[in-house]
Amino acid sequence: MKRISLLATGLLCAGLIGAGAIAPAHAETRLIGSGASFPFPIYSTWFKSFSKAHEDIRVDYQAKGSGAGIQDFINHTVDFAASDAAMTDEQISKVDAGVVLLPMTAGTIVLAYNLPDSPKDLKLPRDVYPAIFAGKITTWRDPKIVAANPDIKLPDLPITVVRRSDSSGTTFVFTKHLSAIDPEFAKEVGSGTTVQWPGSDKFVAAPKNDGVTATIKQTPGAIGYIEYGYAKLTKADTALLQNKDGNYIEGDAKGGEAALASATLGADLRGWVEDPAGADAYPISTFTWMLFYKKQDADKAKSLRLLVDYCLAEGQPIADSMGYIPLPPSVIEKVRAAAEQIQ
Amino acid sequence: MPQNPFAHVDLSRSISRPPTKDVYLADRSYRAFAVAGIYVLLALVVYILWQIGGAAMPAVHDYHLGFLTSSAWNVQTGQFGILPQIWGTLYSSLFALMIGGFFGVTVAIFLTQNFLPPRLAVVFRTIIEMLAAIPSVVFGLWGIFVVIPAIRPVANWLHDVLGWIPFFSTSLSGPGMLPAALVLAIMILPTIAAISQDALHLVPYRTKEAAYGMGATRWEAILKVLVPAASGGIFSALVLGFGRALGETMALAMLIGNSNQITLSLFSPANTLASLLASNFPEAGAIEVQALMYAALVLLAITLIVNVLGIGILTMTTKRSAVK
Repeated sequence: MKRISLLATGLLCAGLIGAGAIAPAHAETRLIGSGASFPFPIYSTWFKSFSKAHEDIRVDYQAKGSGAGIQDFINHTVDFAASDAAMTDEQISKVDAGVVLLPMTAGTIVLAYNLPDSPKDLKLPRDVYPAIFAGKITTWRDPKIVAANPDIKLPDLPITVVRRSDSSGTTFVFTKHLSAIDPEFAKEVGSGTTVQWPGSDKFVAAPKNDGVTATIKQTPGAIGYIEYGYAKLTKADTALLQNKDGNYIEGDAKGGEAALASATLGADLRGWVEDPAGADAYPISTFTWMLFYKKQDADKAKSLRLLVDYCLAEGQPIADSMGYIPLPPSVIEKVRAAAEQIQ
Repeated sequence: MPQNPFAHVDLSRSISRPPTKDVYLADRSYRAFAVAGIYVLLALVVYILWQIGGAAMPAVHDYHLGFLTSSAWNVQTGQFGILPQIWGTLYSSLFALMIGGFFGVTVAIFLTQNFLPPRLAVVFRTIIEMLAAIPSVVFGLWGIFVVIPAIRPVANWLHDVLGWIPFFSTSLSGPGMLPAALVLAIMILPTIAAISQDALHLVPYRTKEAAYGMGATRWEAILKVLVPAASGGIFSALVLGFGRALGETMALAMLIGNSNQITLSLFSPANTLASLLASNFPEAGAIEVQALMYAALVLLAITLIVNVLGIGILTMTTKRSAVK
């Protein structure tokens, strides 16, 4: 177990470094992007194969984080950016060239846990998991957890909550969901890319998705939120969460797809599924966006449209294998239409 | 022009010669170069202070000294305070200095006082100095995968048995003060050991011989004569190690748990200024960046104060011992 997670962390690091170093020699149009780290693994794969298919276009993407990506985008230091939180109206108003927001892929956020004898399929009811992250439920033998899991012998351990220490789109989506289903959580912790978590010696924080994953794997009694891809890669145990309809759903691509099917995106293609309805919908799923300018030089615009086309057509099928959710067909159509605004 | 005092010397026969013009020039230019280097360094420190200070000014105006005494870090509401981080920085560094200092000086004595055959001592010395070359992230990972699982049973036993002592008042779940400080101690050990060794080497051999001559045992000679004689250098080594501990970033961000609370317990998660900066800087918005710069300024000030205090104590003690 220890070796697997070490290996996985190493692989992740190697992947990040390797993907950052792609640079074909003869390039005519160079597209520079920066932003979210959540979709970085899939974006880097897409951009790499896109650059292979179009030898005259080179795409460089830097995973700085959603906030930094938006900042770069507003400052015009990039050709495109990526963000898990799309952009706020205020941020959009700062971009004179106009903004096109395109959801490119989607993912789920899972609760990974570490319990002795690693029991599978731990079920967490709707009133339990927000309470855990609000610091109200503090032991695994809590009657509510025991009642939901009659088949699992729960240990007499305190719950150690692992959260992100850095500002993160993952935290943004996760706390938005918890705030939506639990008014008390909304009042006491709130939502955002960084929030004021309860002060307790059983709340620890680690940097980045892989830091949180490693800490959970090393800490008996730990639970934490990570992107599904990271859980899949490290074979972490993840909890089944109770959705709006009362069913316990796994946070894989199937549950995510069901959740996003019910998503209604606005005209600007922004929209969140804070608490999706549907019998098979996994509660915490989100789109992640790429941000483009409406106006730029024709050459770049053409290359960017090609890039979007490629990601929609060739990119979506590999999403599932990388721990992401392919966009529903209806959304793909909308994105394709909206991409025409990039001129 | 004074007369050349060496004019009458037959240069071709003598091995002692006055420096040639080339040597003289090289010597002068090296000196000028070194002095210029010092001024460039000073200017660099001032420039960094000016840059960080400038970026921190808006936050200094907004929060004043309340920034140092409040403990919230909430981007949503715009509340920023770094008391827990200051506490965590000093606590973890002091604790690491206690452990790393003790072992560093012990290692230095062990390697310089003929406890080992000289060749073996060189091997050990190299190994310890190699610790300094290990990247911080590797120390962090090592802490997560090796140190924490290793100390968890001991820590939780201590908590069960001696939980009434404030230092053990919570159980260790994973990241926390103790693993962070232990790894920090190992990270500053090579610095302390290397400089202490140099200091011990500098004590004249005659001093030790004289101590033996007076009938001192080996340990009396080491502890009562050699270590006090080298104490200035050893103290500098400790100050340098402490400074290193104050500024360590990545390993701490991975191990300390990044929790904004003030507690004496060694097993609780805590936070440090450097770790706060490392965690929050990449995605910080404009207002948070100002607050982070203020925090960076405080960290700089702490490091500066520690170094100035160290030098002050050093000069005071050397003067006093010189008077004796």
